[in-house]
Amino acid sequence: MTNSMAEVVKSKVILVIGSNTTWNHPVFGSLMKRAVKHHGAKLIVCDPRRIELCDFAHIWLQQRNGSDVALLSGLQYIILHEGWENASYIRERCEGYEEYRKAIEFFTPEKVEELTGVKPADLRAAAELFARSGVGALYYCMGITQHSHGVDNVKACVNLQLITGNIGVEGGGVNPLRGQSNVQGACDMGGLPNVFTAYQPVTNPAAVEKFSKAWGAPLSAKPGMTLTEMIPAAGDKIRALYVLGENPMMSDPNLHHVEESLEKLDLLVVQDIFLTETARLADVVLPGVSFAEKTGTITNTERRVQLTWPALVPTGNVRQDYEIVADLAKRFGHDFPRTPEGLFEEMRRLTPSYAGMTYRRLERVGLQWPCPSEDHPGTKVLHCGKFARGLALLTPLSYRPPAEVPDGEFDMVLSTGRILQHYHTGSMTRRSSILNLIVAAGHVELHPEDARRAGIAADDRVVVVTRRGRIETRALVTQRVAPGSIFVPFHFAEAAANRLTNDALDPVAKIPEYKVCAARIERAGTAKA
Amino acid sequence: MKITIDGRSVDAQPGQTVLDAARAAGIWIPALCYHPKTGKAGRCRACVVEVEGQRGLKESCALPVREGMVVRTDTPRIHSVRRMIVELLLSEGHHNCISCQANGICELQDMAYHLGIDRPGLRIDSHPTPLDDSSPGILRESDKCIHCGRCVAACQNGVVNQVLAFAHRGSHARVVCDDDVPMGQSSCVQCGECVQVCPVGALTLKQPRERKIRPYEARPTKVTCPYCGVGCQIDLYTKDNRYAYAMAHEQDWQEQPNQGMLCVKGRFGLDFVDAPDRLRHPLVRKNGELVEASWDEALDRVAAGFKEIKEKHGPDAIGFLTSAKVTNEENYAFSRFARAVIGTNNIDHCARL
Ligand code: SF4
Ligand code: SF4
Ligand code: SF4
Ligand code: FES
Repeated sequence: MTNSMAEVVKSKVILVIGSNTTWNHPVFGSLMKRAVKHHGAKLIVCDPRRIELCDFAHIWLQQRNGSDVALLSGLQYIILHEGWENASYIRERCEGYEEYRKAIEFFTPEKVEELTGVKPADLRAAAELFARSGVGALYYCMGITQHSHGVDNVKACVNLQLITGNIGVEGGGVNPLRGQSNVQGACDMGGLPNVFTAYQPVTNPAAVEKFSKAWGAPLSAKPGMTLTEMIPAAGDKIRALYVLGENPMMSDPNLHHVEESLEKLDLLVVQDIFLTETARLADVVLPGVSFAEKTGTITNTERRVQLTWPALVPTGNVRQDYEIVADLAKRFGHDFPRTPEGLFEEMRRLTPSYAGMTYRRLERVGLQWPCPSEDHPGTKVLHCGKFARGLALLTPLSYRPPAEVPDGEFDMVLSTGRILQHYHTGSMTRRSSILNLIVAAGHVELHPEDARRAGIAADDRVVVVTRRGRIETRALVTQRVAPGSIFVPFHFAEAAANRLTNDALDPVAKIPEYKVCAARIERAGTAKA
Repeated sequence: MKITIDGRSVDAQPGQTVLDAARAAGIWIPALCYHPKTGKAGRCRACVVEVEGQRGLKESCALPVREGMVVRTDTPRIHSVRRMIVELLLSEGHHNCISCQANGICELQDMAYHLGIDRPGLRIDSHPTPLDDSSPGILRESDKCIHCGRCVAACQNGVVNQVLAFAHRGSHARVVCDDDVPMGQSSCVQCGECVQVCPVGALTLKQPRERKIRPYEARPTKVTCPYCGVGCQIDLYTKDNRYAYAMAHEQDWQEQPNQGMLCVKGRFGLDFVDAPDRLRHPLVRKNGELVEASWDEALDRVAAGFKEIKEKHGPDAIGFLTSAKVTNEENYAFSRFARAVIGTNNIDHCARL
């Protein structure tokens, strides 16, 4: 996030797109609802499903799945034609305006209606509310990124916030809500194929030299492969995989292929706390410890680095995750620090944005990066006054449809995601007794009209079929989804949504298209769930 | 500015209430309806104080500080009012501390203790209402409710889930879920915020009750929620090295990302740490089966495998998937292992998924 969560009550207008906030980031959802209920913020929700936030929204735009670039650009078309943009901000802080402006001309309200299904009058009302209410914040989540054109979606968000002058101001910003506790930290720490910590490129010779000196080994300057490239290359270019606390057998698109791929490896090592679907396929399983048994730092969605302390002593013949890695490194003649704080100290010396953080300073309420020195208070709002690259780039965008759209045989749009009570691949929440009392099994959300047409009643067992696979599950008949659309949560191994999803990737970010594919739904039998 | 409380000169900020200024100075004024997260309610009068030059007792939770103010929190008059309040509340409800899950953390019990109340001197007919145990995580005992309104304010204005409200008037006033349906059938999302603020045992967590853990037996540790990216700060309570229950960390709550709130996952979803099928020892595949192994055997096998593949196919034939669930330190170590020990940049995690 460019901004901080507590600032949401300072926004005059909030635009939420592709985030079911009250389910996926419930506590932040509460802050957002507070902003509307008690602080007079205006709320615009853009979502194909009627999510809970729609009850608090002043305007709800129900765009078709996968049409976000058109929707966001359509808003910008109106803002620019009405002269509601922040001209001085564009002049002083942005570049690329001419080309961007030309590209926007494609997105007339009529064209946008054709692509998104949103009526020109509604689009206009939203554009006016957003551009003319004062400082505006934009929040998004996987509904924006998990598309074959996810990077374009993000750029469309950035463009909107640039032309309205909402970046680098309190209460504004482009704010991706991170779905997992330490996604932000995993990226910051260089858990990506092309960068070291703090996004220092592996292609930068100075960075390579710095790290190779610190680590006492020559380093490769060639960017590595992404997860979504490594898995299909298994058994071919990739012979061994070491998986730490992940469960690609559940989380990756098009699971049939994942299983086949992992089986082709010469060596699969999985480090986890449960024998997950992936661990079952492993050659070696290394038992680590849970979050409640470790010391360390976690970086939240607003870049806040927070300490976590061990509440329990691990039982059994298990080891701390960092010890396991150090024990392995030792077998190659490398000495790794043997405490979390030792690792943190080594890391921060190599990581400018974390350089000023110490365990002591983090203890009370953490610190938000960048925090370059020990007397720096941390940073709540990014890009104040100046962008890292100087001027911000307005990117010209064109509309691209989803990789797979409904046709005669597969007539419904399927999207996947999370529900309030469960999390990711379910390896933790499905072992929680209370969460399982609330929701024990998977389902598919289906609109009453579609249910009637297919002869499906509430709670019927149904089969969802795509070109890649099929699952059997329970029908949850609800107006939350639009007619013609279905939604399957992906937490449930016995009805794994990712047997269905499309592994079409965004060409740049390599994110699979989880939010749109073509599917068909039919009754499984007469048995009720 | 300076004010005087019980003869002590105390620092106060403009806009602060007398109650907040007193507590900040370490002078305890009881409060049953006021809670820092839900604000003043002016319902209970437990917080009354005397102010020099003013007639009558004032509710300190609603009383703004003024320069030079002289306040007393501990006079016989105040005591007798507090006694009245507590005795009335005790006799109106079904306050059986022996079996109550709030025993030891109950603010009413605490007041009674400090006032030296043995047992209620007044008897008023109570309205026994059945327990509401319909929801998965929360037990409601309306007989213990003191109508302070904290839970209603928290649900309506704090977490804004808008489930709880007062229904009926006067002595029949009750807290209800939606249109007075059992909690388990209401729109309640089980965030537990109402439990967090309830001063008494009217709203309690089922988890510690089922595990027979009284609050004062459990020990809190501040942890970061392992689920979404909000990064809620949680007090994870444990007893005998086992999970007991979870509360939002309330120290410096205004500056914490979760501002003292949790969702159903952080509140109730952490018991997986005690799941019986946690991995307890390394496993190595032999003749197609995963079997128990020593650490040396498992780690030697991994190291030998990596060495062989690296020699035959080069370092880029090995891939690493790091995790959005482990700490920064672990991510850093893993990345250093991939890049410096093996020599490949084939490292990624599931942020995309
Ligand atoms: S658990 Fe949360 S949603 Fe349910 S009544 Fe209490 S505060 Fe409201
Ligand atoms: S249930 Fe608890 S918090 Fe709610 S009004 Fe009664 S005593 Fe107060
Ligand atoms: S308690 Fe809920 S909102 Fe808070 S971090 Fe955990 S999952 Fe996210
Ligand atoms: S705490 Fe002041 S009136 Fe209740």
